[in-house]
Amino acid sequence: MAYSEKVIDHYQNPKNVGTLDKSKSNVGTGLVGAPECGDVMRLQIEVDEAGIIKDAKFKTFGCGSAIASSSMATEWLKGKSIDEAATIDNMAIVEELHLPPVKIHCSVLAEDAIKAAINDYRKKNGLEELKFEESVIH
Amino acid sequence: MLKFPIYLDHNATTPCDPRVVEAMIPYFTNNFGNAASRNHPFGWQAEEAVDQAREQVASLIGADPKEIIFTSGATEADNLAIKGVFEMYASKGNHIITCNVEHKAVLDTCKHIEKEGGEVTYLKVKDNGLIDLAELEAAIKPTTILIAIMYANNEIGTIMPMKEISTLAKKKGVLVFSDATQAVGKIPVDVNKDGIDLMAFTAHKMYGPKGVGALYVRRKNPRVKVTAQMDGGGHERGMRSGTLNVPGIVGFGKACEICMNEMEEETKRVSKLRDKLQTELLKIEESYLNGDKEHKLPHVTNISFKYVEGEGLLMGFNKEIALSSGSACTSASLEPSYVLKALGLGDDLAHSSLRFGLGRFTTEDQIDYTIKQVTSTVLKLRDMSPLWEMYKEGIDLDTIEWAHH
Repeated sequence: MAYSEKVIDHYQNPKNVGTLDKSKSNVGTGLVGAPECGDVMRLQIEVDEAGIIKDAKFKTFGCGSAIASSSMATEWLKGKSIDEAATIDNMAIVEELHLPPVKIHCSVLAEDAIKAAINDYRKKNGLEELKFEESVIH
Repeated sequence: MLKFPIYLDHNATTPCDPRVVEAMIPYFTNNFGNAASRNHPFGWQAEEAVDQAREQVASLIGADPKEIIFTSGATEADNLAIKGVFEMYASKGNHIITCNVEHKAVLDTCKHIEKEGGEVTYLKVKDNGLIDLAELEAAIKPTTILIAIMYANNEIGTIMPMKEISTLAKKKGVLVFSDATQAVGKIPVDVNKDGIDLMAFTAHKMYGPKGVGALYVRRKNPRVKVTAQMDGGGHERGMRSGTLNVPGIVGFGKACEICMNEMEEETKRVSKLRDKLQTELLKIEESYLNGDKEHKLPHVTNISFKYVEGEGLLMGFNKEIALSSGSACTSASLEPSYVLKALGLGDDLAHSSLRFGLGRFTTEDQIDYTIKQVTSTVLKLRDMSPLWEMYKEGIDLDTIEWAHH
């Protein structure tokens, strides 16, 4: 299966690989996936006082599409408000990266990781956790 | 200068040796006759060529030429052997013993047999990929008609103890079939010394063309018969109808002859390269060899690089190096290799494996390059692996509640 150029570019030059201090109250961490399924994503956001995501980092165990999906998600997150971030849809990732049908689950995982990170942040800051509808494809 | 891409997937298929192609060419054009045409020189010529190839194929495995049934490949030979024996020996019993790391062509045929009312025992291999002989012995029943165990495994290269298996089988009067697709042409295989009654193998794994293979069917001690699975002109002693693929068969014969003459030298050279690759890659922290270290094909190694996913790893160099991963992330099922799981590997290790299959034309430069690329990609991906980070922090990954998809 041939990967799209964008996937290859994110794989070769991933953006925002790294770790934020998860003990800080303004850092939200989302860890999704499972080693048994062949992909695990950890996505972290650092939110400023105005509710804007000023930094995002990821680490991913998975195929090239999973790495690219999380790399791109961190790019999109930076500069967005935490509410805007919650609206990121996996299909936008699919379109941007030209993911084939068998790789759609990678984008779903990225969306789940974003949501998990947002909810982790909200929980830490005494906010109610957002309820998300189940993603269509799991 | 290295030429890319480097091919290290010789368990999937091999290139045709140029000497094989040369031998085949006349049989496409000038000598195009049907080997079954008895009345003119075109037919005679084709028949003569097939006879010669049959001898070349037979002598590589220590068989008599009359015991070679040409087929379209190993899958067909597997089907013919298992279904053919099941039907032919129905009055004797309906029980077949095989194992859980067989190729799909054997496993799926056995599933078919079960639907037809047969009983199949799937032996579990030990964590080195070999079957337990005591378990095999215990599984044999009065109704057992066939033991179907592969000669060597396609994913991990482990070689099964065929002699011991057939000794057990002989004692109980059970036939032995072996899918020897990966072994023939690579290591010495002798149907008499190994006590094999039926054996499937194919040309394209030994530098011959695709689309031609053979089933060895023993004619003496005991005389074995299989029920044909295709109706037609009664070719191949009535066991496999269909006009013979003369150019393919000629190429198969030539490929066998070359393997026979050059196996010893080739094994020395290739196993040295394989050992180098294996030794160097196992120096990477948290890398594990899959399958038995000793009983193994000389050109194969299968290694898991923990905390790195196989398909992601391949992507780091798959434009330059062609090899295969035990992870099937490309399929919707996300199931990792059943062979690796049969060894007792956790899904994480099974997802992290690469299979290296070296070959006749593999060079030391290629191996050096591969060592370098695989090593640097593993290190790079671990730097972005959350699992690696947790492992380094001393977190036991088994204690984490993963959100399963």
